[in-house]
Amino acid sequence: MPTITVDGNEIEVEAGLTVLQACEMAGAEIPRFCYHERLSIAGNCRMCLVELEKSAKPIASCAMPVAEGMVVHTNTPTVKKAREGVMEFLLINHPLDCPICDQGGECDLQDQAMAYGVDSSRYDENKRAVEEKYMGPLIKTIMTRCIHCTRCVRFSTEVAGVEEIGAIGRGEDMEITTYLEQAVNSELSGNVIDLCPVGALTSKPYAFSARPWELRKTESVDVMDAVGSAIRVDSRGREVMRVLPRLHEDVNEEWISDKARFACDGLNRQRLDRPYIRVDGKLKPASWDEAFNLITSKISAVGGEKIAAITGDQVCLESMKALKDLWSALESPHLDCRQDGTPLGGGRGTYLFNSTIAAANQTDAVLLVGANPRWEAPVLNARIRKAYLDRLIPIGAVGPQTDLTYPHEVFGAGAQTLEQIANGQHTFAEKLKAAERPMLILGQGALAGPDGKAAITLAARIADTNGMLREDWNGFNVLHTAASRVGGLDLGFIPADGGRDTKQILSGCRSGDIELVYLLGADDLPEAGDKADVFGEAFVVYQGSHGDSGAHFADVILPGAAYTEKHGLWVNTEGRVQEAKAASFPPGEAREDWKIIRALSSAIGKPLDYNTLAELRASLFDAHPHLAAIDDISPGDISSIRALGEQSVGQLSGDPFALPIKDYYLTNPIARASETMAECSALFAQRQSDGKVTGTHG
Amino acid sequence: MLQDKDRIFTNLYGLHDWRLPAARSRGAWDGTAKLLERGHDEIAEVIKESGLRGRGGAGFPTGLKWTFMPKEVGERPHYLVVNADESEPGTCKDRDIMRHDPHILIEGCLVASFAMRAHTCYIYLRGEFIRERERLQAAVDEAYEAGLIGKNAAGSGWDFDLYLHHGAGAYICGEETALLESLEGKKGQPRLKPPFPANVGLYGCPTTVNNVESIAVTPTILRRGADWFAGLGRPNNTGTKVFCISGHVNNPCNVEEEMGIPLKELIEKHAGGVRGGWDNLKAVIPGGSSVPMIPKEICDTVLMDFDSLRDVQSGLGTAAVIVMDKSTDLIKAIARLAYFYKHESCGQCTPCREGTGWMWRVLERMVRGEAQVEEIDMLYEVTKQVEGHTICALGDAAAWPIQGLIRHFRHEIEERIGAVPAVAAE
Repeated sequence: MPTITVDGNEIEVEAGLTVLQACEMAGAEIPRFCYHERLSIAGNCRMCLVELEKSAKPIASCAMPVAEGMVVHTNTPTVKKAREGVMEFLLINHPLDCPICDQGGECDLQDQAMAYGVDSSRYDENKRAVEEKYMGPLIKTIMTRCIHCTRCVRFSTEVAGVEEIGAIGRGEDMEITTYLEQAVNSELSGNVIDLCPVGALTSKPYAFSARPWELRKTESVDVMDAVGSAIRVDSRGREVMRVLPRLHEDVNEEWISDKARFACDGLNRQRLDRPYIRVDGKLKPASWDEAFNLITSKISAVGGEKIAAITGDQVCLESMKALKDLWSALESPHLDCRQDGTPLGGGRGTYLFNSTIAAANQTDAVLLVGANPRWEAPVLNARIRKAYLDRLIPIGAVGPQTDLTYPHEVFGAGAQTLEQIANGQHTFAEKLKAAERPMLILGQGALAGPDGKAAITLAARIADTNGMLREDWNGFNVLHTAASRVGGLDLGFIPADGGRDTKQILSGCRSGDIELVYLLGADDLPEAGDKADVFGEAFVVYQGSHGDSGAHFADVILPGAAYTEKHGLWVNTEGRVQEAKAASFPPGEAREDWKIIRALSSAIGKPLDYNTLAELRASLFDAHPHLAAIDDISPGDISSIRALGEQSVGQLSGDPFALPIKDYYLTNPIARASETMAECSALFAQRQSDGKVTGTHG
Repeated sequence: MLQDKDRIFTNLYGLHDWRLPAARSRGAWDGTAKLLERGHDEIAEVIKESGLRGRGGAGFPTGLKWTFMPKEVGERPHYLVVNADESEPGTCKDRDIMRHDPHILIEGCLVASFAMRAHTCYIYLRGEFIRERERLQAAVDEAYEAGLIGKNAAGSGWDFDLYLHHGAGAYICGEETALLESLEGKKGQPRLKPPFPANVGLYGCPTTVNNVESIAVTPTILRRGADWFAGLGRPNNTGTKVFCISGHVNNPCNVEEEMGIPLKELIEKHAGGVRGGWDNLKAVIPGGSSVPMIPKEICDTVLMDFDSLRDVQSGLGTAAVIVMDKSTDLIKAIARLAYFYKHESCGQCTPCREGTGWMWRVLERMVRGEAQVEEIDMLYEVTKQVEGHTICALGDAAAWPIQGLIRHFRHEIEERIGAVPAVAAE
């Protein structure tokens, strides 16, 4: 461990650190623009210059590795002068249009100019002006403000894995742009907005809508996918203005997907803000009492055997717990949290992403089964890409060919390939065996199909026979796409003895065995069509936040809260319990979901025994102690995976795995209500059809 | 004055044939295998003892640079890269070496590669050198055909491949790490150092980048001995050097001379003197456009070598002597150079990207006298803000000529602006 002296303080630092990091550890603040912990070092802004004894020139501290005996000065007149000089250069061609710049108030250049800038300009020449560049519907550019730090270039190349942002021209004519000025083809593109230290890249949907100091900032958790990225919800009044990532090293580092960031305008559209009752085929506004009375009369008419409940993808633990308690009070065994019809359930190990998301950085072999992590968990995909870049690990896939931003080999389309690997008849099995930390990632695409049961059994068998199930490493991973799924499975929101699962509930509706279905935010059922095609004559209650497909089926609509409007718990794909705080309020007469169910239980005459959120949570933690450990993972058991692998696999249908996400931008009711996501989706569809022509056409 | 017997470049003017037989008759490829028998480290040691300093401008000891390469070849191969991206305004020595004496260079490539345990050498040629690369390629083909390079090069048992790579005409690609980037097929932008190329160079492998002239003189040094080379010139500034004399002289030329020759002698003996006589001299840029100019008073006595010129706050650079007589508008001349640097800045780092344009624009106004006298000090300060704060030396190169102008000819700028001359410039 080298010892270096920073401003007279001797400190011992880890070898391999940069002088900048060492200075920070010693308590010396170093200004910077281009340097970013998670990107490669560019050393081009020159703001971090420090004086190094025995060096003729000041050095860029971000790029200099520490060496034994270095003596660094960060507060000498030379350093001050050098930084002021660089700041002056940065400012001479910067427009200083802070009053109309969206970055104002959270701008690195603004902040550092306060510390290192001078109050007047010596620059009498004309300032440079740069034409705006089109970067798609998410990123707004004002390239005159660009200070050429190249963070965006490095992010897109290194983390996002799309080499589409770059610099053209040289010298003072250098300009940052996208390839052929097209939209950036990445699910992580919005992160360049956070990375941009100035107002050159800003959020297009958020443009000119608020100033950072007028926003209320609430720490929350993203529910657009099952990763559970840490987010900060910025709201003004009732309206969510924007969503930003929060640092969580074990989950999303400091990135979030574009859907997590930009779908928030969907929170203000298509909202259900009062109860509705279907009268003569048309939904009519109703009061809560009318709605509850109607539901109560239906339920008491048919009894527990003929009612069923299905929950959706973004439902919090509390509301699922309340609904489950209500259903058991009504003595109905028909309930399912798996609206996509997968066979998950049982031992916790069999449905968790056991390796943990952070471990994807350390893996040395990956087998993807019916998964497209680029769309299902973009932040996780960036980690796999990093593991690939660091160690060129072998990555294989069973399922459709996709562009994952890293090279991978597709072995086959369906469960029979999985069987070959499980039997050791496939060469990739050797690679898995040779690896120390192999990961098998089982996607919902493999589980939802007709061979779903076989797929998970074979996957468990592969994990067992290839050394993935060890005390120190569990390589069996189920990648969920729904934020609420693991929570639902943890609660046991699956058919009780003699109960029906999602598909059986729907078929039961059509056959008349089920007469009332309660959809809690369930908008993505495996079957589509008219109400009669899907539900037959059954009475449909829909509780949720958006007027999406579930509401169209409904006979009664109970307006609920979206994820930003309630305190709630979610469990992510790795089994991490996370808490979201309410950033605003449900619109109109809409209420928090657990309260609706609690009120309904009273109306039915089977009141649940909790009246506050705290009491509900106490009851929840009582029944499921592991859910009480917020931000913690209670690991899945290996034995249940082993037992699963030992089950027999029946006749395979041979159908290829179909990926669960057809359009990344439109996977849930909030995203489907978002104008921004619709624009992205249209652009994506455009690109898909353009993709059929050759690269050199025209 | 250098005697003919001590000349290394015996066909600098192209008076004789450049082809292999003629080159051999002049001494090239004479006993090359024997030279290599002395071993890798011994060759580097001889070059070190000869005192050869890099001829590309910075004057770093060549032999020392070679010893930075790993002593053993590990998993990564070693490379020699010859910098033939000669783009410094005023400099045209490598060009003549390549078109008139290409075999000296090729032999040098073999010797130097062998010394550094490299089996592969790339010559990175300036994009504008079209005839030169045709000539050099023809010479390389000749050498391959004669078995002088390739498998068992020149019968030495050392396998050696030599490739020519054509640049696309960017000045910055003459900077060694930008050159490596360009050679790898990337945008020519200098890399951060450390790591230095000797550790992480071309394709991440140990690499040494040398100037054409530095490489071309090595076989002769080995044949005639380090003492012979070290005996020429002055201590720490040894050997011979090709000077490129241009500008207001009667006979602009390239000439190989001994290091440390007085500037006045160089110009009068070889270039036919300054146009209109020595007294008509105003200033000289002694080492290519990147070094500060020196006024006549200094030119009267200064010696042309690294240390002497450094002592007068200039530099030998590439030894491209640009002579300017009294008819020269020095401000305009430097403004033109400032434009050149503004145009050639790669744009990667802040001080150079923003500073070169600023300096040029201020100078352009000064050429017309449309400036305030205070701006001279401001301009000087801006050059100081660029100097030493950039990733590569282009920032320094852009700043120094302007500093030279202000240091020695401030009064001219002040006169142009129409102000009273200041009492003391500095």
